[in-house]
Amino acid sequence: MPLSPPITDIEQLRSHPALARLLETVGAAVQGVKFDREELSILIEKGFVREACAILRDDSDCPFNYLSDLTCVDWYPSEPRFEVIYHLLSIPKKERVRLKVRLDGSSPVIESVTSVWPSANFYEREVFDLFGVRFTGHPNLKRLMMPDDWEGHPLRKDYPVEGYR
Amino acid sequence: MPSSPPTFAQPERAGTLTLNMGPQHPSTHGVLRLVLEIDGETIIRLRPEIGYLHTGIEKTCEAKFYQQVVPLTDRIDYLCPLTNNLTYCLAVEKLLGLEIPPKAQWMRVLMNELTRINSHLVWLGTHAMDLGAMTVFLYCFREREDILRFFEMVSGQRMMTSYFRIGGLALEPPLGFFEKVKKFADRFPGNVDEYEGLLTGNPIFLMRTKGVGQISAEDAIALGACGPTLRGSGIDIDLRRDAPYSGYENFEFKVPIRTEGDVFARYACRVQELRESIGIVQQALAGMPEGPVKADAPKVVLPDREKMKTQMEALIYHFKIITEGFSVPPGEVYQAVESPRGEMGYYVVSDGTAKPYRVHMRGPSYANLQTLGKMCEGHLIADVIAAVGSIDVVLGDIDR
Repeated sequence: MPLSPPITDIEQLRSHPALARLLETVGAAVQGVKFDREELSILIEKGFVREACAILRDDSDCPFNYLSDLTCVDWYPSEPRFEVIYHLLSIPKKERVRLKVRLDGSSPVIESVTSVWPSANFYEREVFDLFGVRFTGHPNLKRLMMPDDWEGHPLRKDYPVEGYR
Repeated sequence: MPSSPPTFAQPERAGTLTLNMGPQHPSTHGVLRLVLEIDGETIIRLRPEIGYLHTGIEKTCEAKFYQQVVPLTDRIDYLCPLTNNLTYCLAVEKLLGLEIPPKAQWMRVLMNELTRINSHLVWLGTHAMDLGAMTVFLYCFREREDILRFFEMVSGQRMMTSYFRIGGLALEPPLGFFEKVKKFADRFPGNVDEYEGLLTGNPIFLMRTKGVGQISAEDAIALGACGPTLRGSGIDIDLRRDAPYSGYENFEFKVPIRTEGDVFARYACRVQELRESIGIVQQALAGMPEGPVKADAPKVVLPDREKMKTQMEALIYHFKIITEGFSVPPGEVYQAVESPRGEMGYYVVSDGTAKPYRVHMRGPSYANLQTLGKMCEGHLIADVIAAVGSIDVVLGDIDR
């Protein structure tokens, strides 16, 4: 399977159930799309993330009812620095989609999706612990992997691999 | 990881007791700490505390070449190292757009199913032992030993195999390997009968498992359960069938589903999976194609030792891969694989250099662990042991 260039034109990708659904309900939330290596990514405006997730979960034709994964990527030193990544799976239709939200490095704050999927609890705590992204509305936003009194967020790119000595 | 003994800030009701189970409790299968709020023997609330085995593998990956990450993946879910290897290799191969020869794909399926049997045997043995059945443990580990010998035959290692490489396999399987696996596969269904004879009709085992640790399908999805935990609650999903990878579309197998959602349902699903897996092993042995086990991509795949010693280009490529790695076109990929415990996903981001920009592992145990509270609340302390065993957690996979 040789690589073909990614598709970023919304019109060409309109047939994908997740994108179609988001465009007809909260069109303003969709900032961009990318279809690359058989995977669809949708870039979502920061303020709409919980709403977009709830809409996709409750879609009657193709419900993306399962949160596969939630993680983050640090693009230090460029801005917006953080990209929070949501991988959704539709168990009935076996479809996947990736949502992305970009956050500034100065105050990385985003709304929690624990009210949509309780399973987001651990994932969001992990991202908070290792990247320092804060999730508003999270029931128990405490460190998960590192000790409570740890300084810094280890998966940030400006954190040395060997740690501070 | 909490730095002080964890408690609940606010007890649910007055007169309850906070009890810490673990991190050194033998039934937690590793260093898992469960904080329980109990009223007598009844659990009011359960909260898992994790992080005791956190090694920062995701951070380490960012400092290694792509091919150097493969041995790290063994150490995440140490009961199914080959499944981890496979997920990572598939993700990077997808990033590279690399085609894998058929023999390598079939070998991957064969080894992957042996890994599933290996992992389920450890689960069955320890789960039964937690519930008081010692004999099953000895039988399971007897068969597991055979599988570990197969791993040793192909890779030289019993547990940390690193047998799958980006672009194919590390080596051809040795002479006599397929005959030995065939012998094992012919005998194994009889062994499963033996385990089932000890457990499936055993009244003590049934009392400890039926109606215990129940979870409904809606709760299982909302809390992110996967694999046998989800199938035990009646959700029909198996990534091998629904999103085939590595040539799984060529194999025939059934996906066992149970609807009760209790510990026994998850037990029944896994035991049936043992039988299905050995069926896949038989099919893979019968139809094993001939040909190379490495992709024809000299810039990515290490050359054979013989070629390296006799051909100049092979030596140069070998030197380049070892010293500089190989660059991967920019992009991102999420590859999900059905591991013995459920959906194992690797999210790999490339920025075009020879080192991965970000590797994130989505562990199935991590997802399943969140269902534990729902399973145990309102039940007895002894049932926690059964429930923890039934979701089959591996702490290396959770803490990474």
